[in-house]
Amino acid sequence: MNQGIEVIGVYVRDQDEAVDFYVGKLGFRVQADVRNGDYRWLTVQHPDQPSVQLGLFRPGPPVHDAATADALDRLVAKGAMPPLVMKVGDCRATYEALSAQGVEFVQEPISRYGQVDAGFRDPSGNGWKMIERPHKETP
Amino acid sequence: MNQSPELLRRLLRAKDRMDAHPDRDWPVERLAGISAVSPAHFARAFKLAFGLPPHRYLLTRRIERAAALLRDTDAAIIDIALQTGWTSIGTFGRIFRDITGESPGECRRRAREVPAPRNLIPECVLRAVERPDLKTAVLEKRRQAVEATLAAPAKEVP
Repeated sequence: MNQGIEVIGVYVRDQDEAVDFYVGKLGFRVQADVRNGDYRWLTVQHPDQPSVQLGLFRPGPPVHDAATADALDRLVAKGAMPPLVMKVGDCRATYEALSAQGVEFVQEPISRYGQVDAGFRDPSGNGWKMIERPHKETP
Repeated sequence: MNQSPELLRRLLRAKDRMDAHPDRDWPVERLAGISAVSPAHFARAFKLAFGLPPHRYLLTRRIERAAALLRDTDAAIIDIALQTGWTSIGTFGRIFRDITGESPGECRRRAREVPAPRNLIPECVLRAVERPDLKTAVLEKRRQAVEATLAAPAKEVP
């Protein structure tokens, strides 16, 4: 595939903490970690999906003024950002493994309509749904 | 008054806990403990962050959960009431009607008449979306409805 989505970003309150979470706990890999002055371009990728990067960005200058950055930090912290969805092969097994890592689950796995889903948050407040699709479904 | 991101993140934790188990009782002391806020300040801090008091928020979750069970299961209404945190079917029916404008039985009949293509929105997201938008207190909503029905005929008097 030559065209498609390459980077999608989320705002995080602390990029080191975000690396600890996304890499250390969820098992993502750092794809890019580049600094330009105070600015840090940081992206990670799911090991099974190297074509898509998840940006872990700090609100702040030069992109945002201080008041805007502060507002974004507060919006993320109160869970106001849009939902993120991760597809997993075995929701319950992943839930057990990630819980043991200390991931903050907000919803235990629930089976409904043939699929199993659970929910967790990153340290900043971004909410993830973790969905195991019915196995008969074609991708 | 701006609340710090750290405080908001902790208040979100209390909201998440109500989301996960809306059927349980959530005394202010327990929610305040989750947020590491004093019980005296918790309700106000929660309202400032999320726009409605914690127990009204809990009510919206319970009603949304009950509406989903009415739609998706054949469980008896009394069982749904008990499953979603009410101890009296009378209270459940009254508050359900106050908030949604219809009785639990009417809600079930109406939901089944319209088979909607639901499977493209993740179920967990859909549930949040279908939560009633409870901007006023239930009692206030009831009072407004009574006033509306009282006010209407008065205008017809010549």
